[in-house]
Amino acid sequence: MGEKVTLLVWRGDAGAGDIVEYQVEVNEGEVVLDVLHRLQATQAGDLAVRWNCKAGKCGSCSMEINGRPRLACMTRMSTFEPGEAITVTPMRTFPVIRDLVTDVSFNYAKARQIPSFSPDPSVALGEFRMQQVDVQRSQEFRKCIECYLCQNVCHVIRDHEENMPAYAGPRFLMRIAELEMHPADTADRRTIAQDEFGLGYCNITKCCTEVCPEHIKITDNALIPLKERVVGRKYDPLVWLGSKITRRGHRDTPAVPSKRDTA
Amino acid sequence: MTQSATAPQEAAPGRTRAQIAARTLRRDRWWRSPAVTAAYLGAVVVYLTWASLVNADYAYGAYISPLYSPCLATTCTPGDSSFFLIPWVSVLTPAIIIIGGPMGFRLTCYYYRKAYYRAFWRSPASCAVREPHAKYTGETRLPLILQNLHRYFFWIALAFNAFLTYDAVVAFRAVAVVGHQHVAGAWGHMGLGTLVLVINAALLWLYSLSCHACRHAIGGRLKHFSKHPVRYRMWTMVSRLNSRHMELAWISLTWVLLTDLYIRLVASGVITDPRFF
Amino acid sequence: MSDIERLSYDVVVVGAGGSGLRAAIEARLAGKRTAVISKSLFGKAHTVMAEGGCAAAMGNVNPNDNWQVHFRDTMRGGKFLNNWRMAELHAKEAPERVWELEAWGAVFDRTPEGKISQRNFGGHQYPRLAHVGDRTGLEMIRTLQQKVVALQQEDARQHGDPEAMIKVFAETTITRLLKDSDAIAGAFGYIRESGRFVIFEAPAVILATGGIGKTFKISSNSWEYTGDGHALALLAGAKLLNMEFVQFHPTHMVWPLSVRGLLVTESVRGDGGVLRNSQGRRFMFDYVPDVFRDQYAETEEEADRWYADPDHNRRPPELLPRDEVARANNAEVKAGRGSPHGGVFLDIASRLPAEEILRRLPSMHHQFKELADVDITKEPMEVGPAQHYVMGGVEVDPDTGQSAVPGLFAAGEVSGGMHGSNRLGGNSLSDLLVFGRRAGIGAAEYLDRLGHKRPVVDEGQVASARAEALAPLDRAGGENPYEVHAAVQETMSSLVGIIRTEEEIKTALAELEKLRERAARVSAEGGSAYNPGWHLALDLRNIMLIADCVAQAALERQESRGGHTRNDFPQMSPEWRQVNLICSLADDRASITRQPMPSMRADLMALFERPELKKYFTEGELPPAPEETH
Repeated sequence: MGEKVTLLVWRGDAGAGDIVEYQVEVNEGEVVLDVLHRLQATQAGDLAVRWNCKAGKCGSCSMEINGRPRLACMTRMSTFEPGEAITVTPMRTFPVIRDLVTDVSFNYAKARQIPSFSPDPSVALGEFRMQQVDVQRSQEFRKCIECYLCQNVCHVIRDHEENMPAYAGPRFLMRIAELEMHPADTADRRTIAQDEFGLGYCNITKCCTEVCPEHIKITDNALIPLKERVVGRKYDPLVWLGSKITRRGHRDTPAVPSKRDTA
Repeated sequence: MTQSATAPQEAAPGRTRAQIAARTLRRDRWWRSPAVTAAYLGAVVVYLTWASLVNADYAYGAYISPLYSPCLATTCTPGDSSFFLIPWVSVLTPAIIIIGGPMGFRLTCYYYRKAYYRAFWRSPASCAVREPHAKYTGETRLPLILQNLHRYFFWIALAFNAFLTYDAVVAFRAVAVVGHQHVAGAWGHMGLGTLVLVINAALLWLYSLSCHACRHAIGGRLKHFSKHPVRYRMWTMVSRLNSRHMELAWISLTWVLLTDLYIRLVASGVITDPRFF
Repeated sequence: MSDIERLSYDVVVVGAGGSGLRAAIEARLAGKRTAVISKSLFGKAHTVMAEGGCAAAMGNVNPNDNWQVHFRDTMRGGKFLNNWRMAELHAKEAPERVWELEAWGAVFDRTPEGKISQRNFGGHQYPRLAHVGDRTGLEMIRTLQQKVVALQQEDARQHGDPEAMIKVFAETTITRLLKDSDAIAGAFGYIRESGRFVIFEAPAVILATGGIGKTFKISSNSWEYTGDGHALALLAGAKLLNMEFVQFHPTHMVWPLSVRGLLVTESVRGDGGVLRNSQGRRFMFDYVPDVFRDQYAETEEEADRWYADPDHNRRPPELLPRDEVARANNAEVKAGRGSPHGGVFLDIASRLPAEEILRRLPSMHHQFKELADVDITKEPMEVGPAQHYVMGGVEVDPDTGQSAVPGLFAAGEVSGGMHGSNRLGGNSLSDLLVFGRRAGIGAAEYLDRLGHKRPVVDEGQVASARAEALAPLDRAGGENPYEVHAAVQETMSSLVGIIRTEEEIKTALAELEKLRERAARVSAEGGSAYNPGWHLALDLRNIMLIADCVAQAALERQESRGGHTRNDFPQMSPEWRQVNLICSLADDRASITRQPMPSMRADLMALFERPELKKYFTEGELPPAPEETH
């Protein structure tokens, strides 16, 4: 059978916890999640780990491995040095539930505030005509498996919890970009991207792109193009002047009322 | 403290993050890249400051340093891209004024922003490494909100590219000696300096065209590529360049410095310009 | 029992995958207050792992396609054991369900005319699968998730509370259905995060819990697939149909061991990939069964011409239905012609240019690169069969999805009948949409009929459900749930797997008997908050029940058909086609009874040629032979 590896796992719940050391067996070709499962089955039956597909497709097993935000199911044990101890901790940005499991409800709350896909209501079912070149930008963003590693790594909220109400994070700014580039969408979310979802907080330091397990070019293809679109709507004096002269009325789509207004 | 107003009701009250004191648990050499960037950018700033203040040895024959072009000063020699627009600026050193354009472009460039936010401001120095600041507002207020003017600097940069392209063309003129000065002479010359200036112009074009603002203007702003096939093609090409924006930023910046240094060395007589024809 | 939270809804949907969300959307659109119970986080359900596409006869790529052709393909794939009414509804309604997704924001790949593109798949006569690269399931679940959010946004505007009409309970597991005499009165479960118990009082429960993959050792299914809905239905008095039919999908990764069972999409073959053995032979030509002989190519040349000219050539045998391909792969390995790690070779690298592979199969490329260091644009993949799907499931009324228990509905993989003995690739995603919607409507109509006579939750049932759930936590020093689970999986995989014999199934049943005793003694260390050991201990009851149903049904059916292959009865039997095997609960034990298969409506029967029907039906069932008219 395989060799033993030293696993340093953060264990605890809301607030209190510590790194606990384990020795666990490893076999060829395994990933970190396999080793955590073996730890569960043999030494720590109640170790809380969130996982699901174990194929990098569902984005459940997000955690931090040796300090780096990763999917445990896609982190191969062979990437570590022989004899290297492996530290596994929960995502730092979200409140911890237990052990490696965090409360990611922040993300679901943000998702609910973004105005949904708004097609022209007069188009009948089956009558949409969209060209491949027009959908491919949105398709890249729809590869997102919502692992929230980008949300976790983004320093705007990771290091500044107080920014959480004002900032939607890379995943949801990308969702806005996806809808803005959708060929059949009719809404205009540029103003709220800046004012409600905090696009201006992003300083394009690209950690979201770095950690994305789907290799989506979040910064270059979603956030920066969205910033440029926002400039066009809000900060471009020529555009502003143009709209004043031609008196072309512009309708911004408002953000969706959320619990924070009603609770 | 995690109870931001947006947290939905399912989140139990008072729930907190895992308390891990370490600034980062990363064990790789995450500090290396920002340190190298900081050192290099620092060196660039020092050199640029010196080179723009020295106000001498920036032209030789038809060659002119990119830091001093277009030539705004009366100290420029006739024959190159001299404008003699503002006679009094020779007091100030023209480079100080000129540098504002390209520097504004690079300062607001999406790539350089990442580089200096990471290297100097350390927000963050590297991914998953806690930043040292107590507060963070990003680019939401002055002065950083001005980063949104990047697209204007893009157009300014294009104008500079035009001047520098002109300079590269003029660099095909020979050196003539008028009195004690080396000025532009007959066409049909090429020296190492010519090559340096041509490469410089080419790199600057590549860097500017690979810029995110350019990518947006040329086609990124469109919703339906299929209705604008030509712009879509251009967008595809710019996108390809854009994926190399970081590399082009560094190479073109380095080359500008090398060009200035080369002309400076030739002009001060330290080296002679090898002539191809 | 003050530790139990009580909530009241009109409809409770158990499961938040494709069918669950589609059902919930429909129930909410019908004005019912709906709760969606998700065992994992919202948007993570197993549907995300569906890769190839969603079958719907839209005719966008080949205009000859229509619902009749799709119906025929589905019946052939299921070896005519399908519930014909379900197959009919499915074929007719799938296109509209796909277009609906498009209107809700799904971004499918497009044809040059701007319509939804469709791809070839095993068993489908025409290119029929709407797809997004090889991540169609993700697109579907995300679209449905975002549609739920869109509805919640409407409700936020209208009621001031986004969760007024539809609410998702993430990481919540139902362990018992509650009844008021015969009818459903609600559901009992726990919230994973806190370990708190919760009762959903609701007259209508829709089961949409997916499959039973975790009953087997090598499976492409995720951890949630512990047969919860199947077991809940059994325990509530409903019946399971044809549980012996378990699909072993032919192509999964076999190496490294830790990813053994990870799905390799059928699209690889649909887009030109071929299967070879260690001698380099395209062995599928040797495995075309008689019933399909006329429809599949006999030479490599003809098969290769088909990709460009499908109207004048027959299909490559790599695109036979899944059961055939899985058995062929299995046989090649057994004959000693397998790949180094016990699979066969699936080659796309020599068939398509690298950039085309990257465009059409990006996640396959990613998966092999990251997990096995194999570049599929340069080398062949090593693949083998693994458990993938269960055709058997809760017996439901085709039109409404209602089970034998009033108020209990089922849709998607947990329901039975639609796919007969073998499901065609791509028919699963369309099944989720068609029958998810129908179950939503069925539940809403049931509520309308019910009026104000809502069933009342029985407190005795609540008390025993609570005690049952707490038992593993209260017990100390009992069996380790992980070990018992591994033993069940080992037993089922090795003895009731892809090829079965009477002797092995009997051994399995004896093993299961012993394991049942061990399962009754499992204990979970730790508390009730997010404790996976406890969760598994509770899931074990369902896994054991379903394993028993599968094994017993497999023993009973003495023929080979689709996802049930008996070495001792290798032939398909027209007599057995007339038999549905029903698993139900008697004295807390699963038992099997036979039930006659309803006969197919004449107009549907007429869609097939008589010679083809003769291969499946007994003479007495066939339409009268036409007179010779030469």
